[in-house]
Amino acid sequence: MGRRRFGIRLSLNARQALWAYVFLLVPMAFFLYIRIWPAFQAFDLSLREWNIVGEVRTYVGGANYERLAGDPRFARALLNTLRYTVVGVPAQIVLGLAIALLLERVTRYRGLLRAVYFLPYMTPIVAAAWVWQWLYSPNFGPLNGFLDAIGMPAQPFLDSPAQALYAVTAVVVWQNLGFVVVIFLAGLQSISRTYYEAARIDGAGARALFLHITLPLLNPSIVFAVVIGTIQYLQLFTQVVNLNFTDQGGPLDSTLTIVLYIYKVAFQRFQMGQAAAATVVLFAIILSVTLFQLKVLSRRIEY
Amino acid sequence: MLRITRLPGLALMLVALALLPAAAQQVTITYWQYEYATKVEAINTLIDQFEAENPNIRVVHETFPYDAYNQRVAASVPAGRGPDVINLFYGWLPLYIDSGYLQPLPEDTFPPEEIERDFAPMVRAAKMDGRYWALPTAVRTLALFYNKDLLAEAGLDGPPKTWDAFLQAAESLTRRSGNRFQRLGFGVAPTGQDHHLIREVLFRQWGVTPYSEDGRRVTYDTPAGTEALEFYTDWITKQKIGVANFFPGDSGYREAFMQGLAAMIIDGSFAVGSIRNGARVNWGVAELPVGGPTNERSNFGSFWAHGITRNARGAKLDASIKFLKFITSESAMRYWLDTVGEIPARAALAQDPALASDPVFGPFVASLPYAHATFFVDEAGQRQVLVDAVNEVTLQGVAPETALERAAQREQQILDDFWSKR
Repeated sequence: MGRRRFGIRLSLNARQALWAYVFLLVPMAFFLYIRIWPAFQAFDLSLREWNIVGEVRTYVGGANYERLAGDPRFARALLNTLRYTVVGVPAQIVLGLAIALLLERVTRYRGLLRAVYFLPYMTPIVAAAWVWQWLYSPNFGPLNGFLDAIGMPAQPFLDSPAQALYAVTAVVVWQNLGFVVVIFLAGLQSISRTYYEAARIDGAGARALFLHITLPLLNPSIVFAVVIGTIQYLQLFTQVVNLNFTDQGGPLDSTLTIVLYIYKVAFQRFQMGQAAAATVVLFAIILSVTLFQLKVLSRRIEY
Repeated sequence: MLRITRLPGLALMLVALALLPAAAQQVTITYWQYEYATKVEAINTLIDQFEAENPNIRVVHETFPYDAYNQRVAASVPAGRGPDVINLFYGWLPLYIDSGYLQPLPEDTFPPEEIERDFAPMVRAAKMDGRYWALPTAVRTLALFYNKDLLAEAGLDGPPKTWDAFLQAAESLTRRSGNRFQRLGFGVAPTGQDHHLIREVLFRQWGVTPYSEDGRRVTYDTPAGTEALEFYTDWITKQKIGVANFFPGDSGYREAFMQGLAAMIIDGSFAVGSIRNGARVNWGVAELPVGGPTNERSNFGSFWAHGITRNARGAKLDASIKFLKFITSESAMRYWLDTVGEIPARAALAQDPALASDPVFGPFVASLPYAHATFFVDEAGQRQVLVDAVNEVTLQGVAPETALERAAQREQQILDDFWSKR
């Protein structure tokens, strides 16, 4: 009674929670200011015309989106990004799973082999891309040397509008593979041996074991690998830039991605509004694809 | 006693008072350029000279990585900071002028007729709305770099003077097995300098002026223009004297030349430094070959120019004008040539006999009177248009006529976009 005239009486738990919030506030404010606020600014910028140097940012309504819709290069970037994703994600999931299953079986040098597969993932992307440029070179590259040796015609790879996108995808898959393998190895280890033993007693073959035990129980790992992989491919940039450094996204826009399109429009051509509009479109695509994947793919997790 | 001890103090005060007006007039201006070791050193030395001549002006010199240049400027604008005098690629000038970032050069200190009399003609690319907005210390032109030993091996006693001789030499020097090249007769580089070669050299030699006088219309889409483009793409598709991306990398054509794997390349005077340091071959420089129906000489010129920003007001503006005058003077240009190895922007120096007979810089200097600087409104976009036209022909077998028509339409769109916003 009147022992505390001012202030609210709080339980110990509530007080602890309050302090937690106070401490969380600082990183939260930082995050809001550094990440969330600029995102909103990008929305605002997509409705304006700005050439990066000027002070005036004229409001133009939907004009940037209209220009985007009418730009064949943007359409090409969208289509290419879709191609990268549709080819790259399944390729790295299937290869990653196959390698993880094989690594599970070997008992000798497993750690070493795992490291070997993970190595490309740790290599700086730019350095790897420049080495791949030489590997792919029509005139000096060992790949064409090999083709030449077995009597096949030399291939242009990165210099061909028809082959370049797949050549780039192969580099990205090669680089991401180690990461996917590690995810699957962790997933495989979490499946209890008892399921397999029980199934074997019931007379299940290797195929049945894989289809009815491994695959379903690995589903959370697969969903994770698909979602992360898709986001990686939707944001593809560094490999593409460095694999054809003098004609980025070329030849003839055949390797152009959405993010590279945004970069070129913003920082080489200084049309910030249009670049911001493309960013908003990319944001919408990533958001909807991820939501869709999480909903559809994770459905079968419950057993 | 008291009087005596006070005397030195009084004297000091008087001295201080005498110095006060000078100290008040002390003005500091900021100069920006991109980071390039020899240029940074050269400007530092020039600043020391300038400050010695103008004790009341202090120049702060700041540099930025080339790749982030425009972003840095953009970031400095809202903050109200940034340079008073700035070094810009001439192709960015329209962007900076339209943004209100630059102020026109005062006509009393820099009369346009004097600029046009004294400077290389390409400097006119810095003129917009009838006024000059920036001036260069040095300019660049293109030339033919050739491997002396290889040309001698092909039976030539000097560099080719015509495109016919050039083609003959290139064809005989190319080494190929199947569709793989071991050595190029010519280091093809559409993304390097070759798009400039097509635009300002080949088109003009085929009698085509690439753009209208006011820079608003693309005028190269003509039958003669098609022939000029085809003349170039034939090097890749018919005569097969070279291939793009022979050496992967940033400037692979230059690397290949320095390794002796490309007999000839076309490159800018800015490449002299790297080639001098890196070439393992016996090389020479020659003016670009003549040819085409007109049989005339033509060249592409470009430059980095110094402009005065809107930050410079009052005393700072006066100091900036003085500084600009100083770094575009004849003596500064001579110093620049000696230290940085870039050719001077003033025509008078180009006629300097010592310079004209220089085996390396001579051909670049000789090209000054007939070098055209394209009036770019969107340099990256316009470059892409012509690179794509070449790739359409060489990689996809599109007819040169169609490729050029598409290029003209795309580039016209870029020009229209720019001029409609003004």
